[in-house]
Amino acid sequence: MSKPRLATIWLDGCSGCHMSLLDMDERLLEITDRVDIVYGALVDFKEFPENVDVTLVEGAISSEDDLRKIHEVRRNTRILVSLGDCAVTSNVPGMRNQIGPAAILERAYLENVTINPQLPGPMVPRLLAMSRPVHAVVKVDVFVPGCPPSADLIHSVLDDLISGRVPVTAGVTCFG
Amino acid sequence: MSVLTLTIEGRDVAGQTGGTILQVARENGIHIPTLCHLQGLSDVGACRLCVVEVEGQRKLFPACVTTIDEGMKVTVNSERLAAHRRRIVELLFTERNHVCSVCVADRNCELQDLAVELGLTHFDLPLLSPQASVDATHERFGIDHNRCVLCTRCVRVCDEIEGAHTWDVMGRGTEARLITDMGTPWGDSNTCTSCGKCVQVCPTGALFEKGRSVAEARRRRPYLPYLVAHEGRTR
Repeated sequence: MSKPRLATIWLDGCSGCHMSLLDMDERLLEITDRVDIVYGALVDFKEFPENVDVTLVEGAISSEDDLRKIHEVRRNTRILVSLGDCAVTSNVPGMRNQIGPAAILERAYLENVTINPQLPGPMVPRLLAMSRPVHAVVKVDVFVPGCPPSADLIHSVLDDLISGRVPVTAGVTCFG
Repeated sequence: MSVLTLTIEGRDVAGQTGGTILQVARENGIHIPTLCHLQGLSDVGACRLCVVEVEGQRKLFPACVTTIDEGMKVTVNSERLAAHRRRIVELLFTERNHVCSVCVADRNCELQDLAVELGLTHFDLPLLSPQASVDATHERFGIDHNRCVLCTRCVRVCDEIEGAHTWDVMGRGTEARLITDMGTPWGDSNTCTSCGKCVQVCPTGALFEKGRSVAEARRRRPYLPYLVAHEGRTR
C-alpha cells in the first residue's frame, strides 16, 4: 500500500500553526516516514496536486487568492483539516469584518504611512468583503481549534489520520 | 423548613424547601454547567446553560431558578441537553466578537472553558460581527462590549453587594448593551465607587483592569470572600 499523501497550505494566518507543526521536533521524522508530503511550506511544489489524502489548512479565507486556492484544495483533497483558530473561526483576520476592507486598507496604506502612501496594486490579491472561516466556504472534515494548536495535538491528529482513525478534538483543545 | 427528597441523575438526594435544583445538585457533587450563576448573588436564569429535564415535563428547566419538589426526578446529562448547551455557547460566541487569541481573559475565561467542556470545536452559525465599542474612560477599568455575554453578574454584584447599582442593561436582543448610570461614560459615573467587584466577577474579558494585556486577566475572586471564595475555574 502506498503512503498517504499529505499537503499543508497557508492562507490568511500568521504561519504560527505551521510553526507549531514544526515544533513536534523529532516526531516530524516519524511522520514524514509515514506520508508523502506533496504540497506545502516544507516542500517546493508550485501547483496543488490531485488526489491528496489529507490537507491541513492554516488561515482564514480573506482574499480572492485564498478563495481560489481553497476550492482547488477541496476538489483535490479527501480529508480537509481546518488547522487553528483562523481557519476555524477567522480569528484575528476576522477582526476587520466590522470595519470593511476599504477602510482597513486606507488606514494601513494611506493614513498611517509617511513615505509614498499608496494602496496595494493589481499584483496583490484583492480582499474579500469579509474574512471567513474555511467551513463557511467549503466542507471541512476535521476542526482543530487553538492559536496555535499545540504540537502534541497536531501530532495526535496526524497520527490518527495516517492510521485511518477519526481524530477527536472536542474537549481536548480550546479556542485561543 | 422541611426536607424534600428527589432524585438527580438517578441518585436519591435531599434538600430544604425553597432550595434550587442547582443548589441540591452541587451539595451532592453533581455537576451542572453554569455561566450567569455566581454563588452569593441572586440568580436570574439569564444564560440557560443549567437547563435540566424533569420527568413528566416536556419543557426544560433552568436549575438555578427552579425550586425542588418532593419526588422530582431530574436529569442533568442527556444528548438533548448537551446539544442545547453547546448551541447556547455557540450563540454567545457568534453574537459578539470573541477573539480568544488576543483577549485579555485568554486561558482565564469561563466561556472558553465551557466550549472545551461542552465539546464545541467550531461554529455552524454565522458570526454576526456586530459593531461593539470599548469604554476606557474609567481611570482603572475598562469594558469591551465585544466580549460581553450579558450574564449580568456585574449588574448584580454592583447592586446587591456594593449597593451602588452603577451597571444596568439597555436595549433588547442583539442590541442589548451594559451601561453605566444612564448610558453615560463609565469615567463620568457619579455612582461608581471604583471598587472593582464587577471586574472580579466577569466570566469573560468584557470587564478588565487597565494595564493588563492578552491573557493577563487574573480574576481575584478570593478578594470577595463574602461572595464566593473558591468558585470559578482556572486552568
